[in-house]
Amino acid sequence: MAKDNVTNEFRLIGTRPNRPDGLDKVTGRARYGADFSLPGMLWGAVVRSPHAHARIVKIDTSKAMALEGVKSVVTRADFPTGLTGEDWNLQENTIAGEKALYDGHAVAAVAATSKFLAEEAARLIEVEYEVLPHVIDVDDAIKPDAPVIREGAADASVPEGSAPNVVRYMEFGRGDVEAGFAAADLVMEKTYKTEATHQGYIEPHACVGQMGADSKGEMWVCTQGHWYIRKMCAAVLGIESAQLRVTPSEIGGGFGGKTTIFMEPLSLALSRKAGGRPVKIVMSRAEVLRATGPTASGSMDVKLGMTKDGKITAARVEFRMQGGAFPGAPVDMALYCCLAAYKLENVAHIGYDVMANRPKCAAYRAPGSPMGAFAVESLVDEMCRELKLDPIETRLMNAVREGDVASYGPKFGSIGLVEVLEAVKQHPNYQAPLGPNQGRGVAAGYWFNHNGETSVSMSIASDGTAQVSVGTPDIGGSRASIALMVAERLGIAYEDVRVNVVETGALGENEPTHGSRATFASGKAAILSTEQAIKEMCRRVAKEWGIDEEAVDWSDGAAHPAGPNAGKFPPMTLKEIAANMGSTGGPISGHHESLPDGVGASFGAHVVDVEVDPETGRTSIVRYLVVQDAGRAIHPSYVEGQYQGGAAQGIGWALNEEYVYGSDGRLQNPVFLDYRIPVASDLPMIDTVIVEVPNPGHPYGVRGVGETGITPPLPAIANAVHAATGSRIRHLPITPQKVRSAMKAAAK
Amino acid sequence: MSKIHVTTKINGDEVEFLADPRETLLDCLRDHVGLTGTKEGCGTGDCGACSVELDGTLVCSCLVLGAEANGKSVNTIEGMAKGEELHPLQRKFIEHAALQCGFCTPGILVAAKSLLEKNPNPTEEEARFWLAGNLCRCTGYDKIIRAVLDAAAEMRETA
Repeated sequence: MAKDNVTNEFRLIGTRPNRPDGLDKVTGRARYGADFSLPGMLWGAVVRSPHAHARIVKIDTSKAMALEGVKSVVTRADFPTGLTGEDWNLQENTIAGEKALYDGHAVAAVAATSKFLAEEAARLIEVEYEVLPHVIDVDDAIKPDAPVIREGAADASVPEGSAPNVVRYMEFGRGDVEAGFAAADLVMEKTYKTEATHQGYIEPHACVGQMGADSKGEMWVCTQGHWYIRKMCAAVLGIESAQLRVTPSEIGGGFGGKTTIFMEPLSLALSRKAGGRPVKIVMSRAEVLRATGPTASGSMDVKLGMTKDGKITAARVEFRMQGGAFPGAPVDMALYCCLAAYKLENVAHIGYDVMANRPKCAAYRAPGSPMGAFAVESLVDEMCRELKLDPIETRLMNAVREGDVASYGPKFGSIGLVEVLEAVKQHPNYQAPLGPNQGRGVAAGYWFNHNGETSVSMSIASDGTAQVSVGTPDIGGSRASIALMVAERLGIAYEDVRVNVVETGALGENEPTHGSRATFASGKAAILSTEQAIKEMCRRVAKEWGIDEEAVDWSDGAAHPAGPNAGKFPPMTLKEIAANMGSTGGPISGHHESLPDGVGASFGAHVVDVEVDPETGRTSIVRYLVVQDAGRAIHPSYVEGQYQGGAAQGIGWALNEEYVYGSDGRLQNPVFLDYRIPVASDLPMIDTVIVEVPNPGHPYGVRGVGETGITPPLPAIANAVHAATGSRIRHLPITPQKVRSAMKAAAK
Repeated sequence: MSKIHVTTKINGDEVEFLADPRETLLDCLRDHVGLTGTKEGCGTGDCGACSVELDGTLVCSCLVLGAEANGKSVNTIEGMAKGEELHPLQRKFIEHAALQCGFCTPGILVAAKSLLEKNPNPTEEEARFWLAGNLCRCTGYDKIIRAVLDAAAEMRETA
């Protein structure tokens, strides 16, 4: 789509109406995963491994089955064999086969007539384990003599002779890195580590599954993507996808963690064995933390060369990440994103995807990018300090612009990095005076954004209102943004458009609400569906007026003659056309399905002021600024909300959050008291600036805003702590203990 | 296990249910009374999604047994609006876009209402500390705090 096709004058886009689902959500009426129940429903409970790595010698379910009210028990023996690739991984993660691979790995499940009974029955299932040596840390897991998690899990990319838990290897780059380092005035190389964190959505996973002996089923579930649930459950259970109908509930947060399956196939398998009675499974918080999909942890080497005026001459990064006991750590994404803000001639990337005895990682908001940013943006800051350079000017000097080749290969289309950095410079926060023990940090971040399989329908009601059916669950206001775009195009009131998130039976396959795609992809498809309906309305009006279809235009909610030559007719409004549609050819609707092209990448930069208590080492956030290119903010309040929420999660990751394992390989902090996410009293107001460099690939310029915002906080806070204390923490989280010992060491 | 007959007043209505002695008030509200607006986020009193008022005191309903509600009154999110008229906090939450996924919203609204009944003019800091027991993972709390302070201001004006 050419640039001049992006509209810039709007009636509704950029306004802030109340979200259509707001009333349901402030009154407690909105139905989330655990709120759904069915007549005759059973409750399921899952038996989980207490060991990080253990051979399953025997499972005895007889005592559980003997309990009155227990209707079915499943183990791996109830699932089909012969799966391969990711299907096998999903099945193995759903329910352990020969070995339990992490603390919390499901080994059996039971359904009974009450929650308490199901829990009691789960306790009566006896599992005999042979405990095996385990490995948790990524740098330990990559050692040649580490406990082997699974032979044969490596793909063809892994060089011969690699350590046994390395399952994917990647290497790419361009130019002459050594020559680049030789041309630098300063070369620095450091290692950075991040710990695994959890998305921390407040709603635990919940589903009701129902499946008969004919393998036809239904599921009601909280998910970011119900077609993924359908496809994955079908694969794991060996049933046909189309025979499973999946309806999404409202979703209580996901952040990537609800784009895959965990206990959902268990509820279906239990239901089938219980004669088709529906089975509800609701995870506890401990189950969520132990056995869903936290993010990977990383160990990352970065080497940069810089001239004394700040030009980056070469970059070499080598990242090792563990994503649990399966392939899939987002090391590739981390490598692609980590240097994306810099125009580089000489660059080398190396990545290792490593298995460890931890839960199978899932996506977490810009998967991989925050870790990569932590490593690279920390080192850029260290070098700016060494060379006494302004961190924003240095980033501007090296910034990628439209037409530049990205560090990871492709050529950038329209991007807004320079605009973002300029906006940071202009913002009062960047000049605000700092108090004692305070320091300022800045960092940039990047996310590709994503299109994905998208299928959307819309139709006109006989009173001239419109309904839109989308397949992307509304996590943060996408009903509002899509209604705004459709109303804008149709020329009707925002309130006259209803956006429904519909079940799998109602549309073609949709990818989840992930990759910052809902407002971009479902939004674009909704606009294109609307165009189709408009075309049909113009056709009918043309027939009525007896003129050519091309001679009818659509604007302000009505059909108009295209010009003086088209003839003189009063505009025919949507209401009139809709009222008569029964006699002019029947229903008027539009549909669009595609992998919407024209994805627009997004850059952001954050400025954070911290204060570090010199006695305790505790870091507090004093001031926080998010600047990010939205392309276009359809509903600015929800764009700001994404920026603020991403920043808050990043702050938690930087300062508090980590998976803590004991020497026995068990997760030590599977409750919110110990896995401490930021609370209201931890944070200040989070200032935002929405930069709008419209994406030419979207009719209204949308890029997608969900993910970039979690990327800069990790390094920005580490940089600010350095500024405040003179000490550099290269291993997240930046706990008071670490800061205090670093300050003590520096004082010596 | 034999059940306990519980008589309570929920959102002003007399309600009876049979509680398993092990059941929390949260489970009873959700599974026996059919009031699913109160949410479970942790079951350990850390997240505040299950906040209700028990005889006027703000509690985590996951830390109270259902049987303890006998003879007491319980106020939940479902009782916050009066018919079609939303409580100012509910209205301000929508206006300020103070919810994204909306899952923590019922608990935060109940907790914020309790704050404003005790302190009609809280500072930002007081609001932040009062709500520190209510986790929100989506918003970074910015718009929530603004909505609470704005609702407080409006309620003071109309009081």
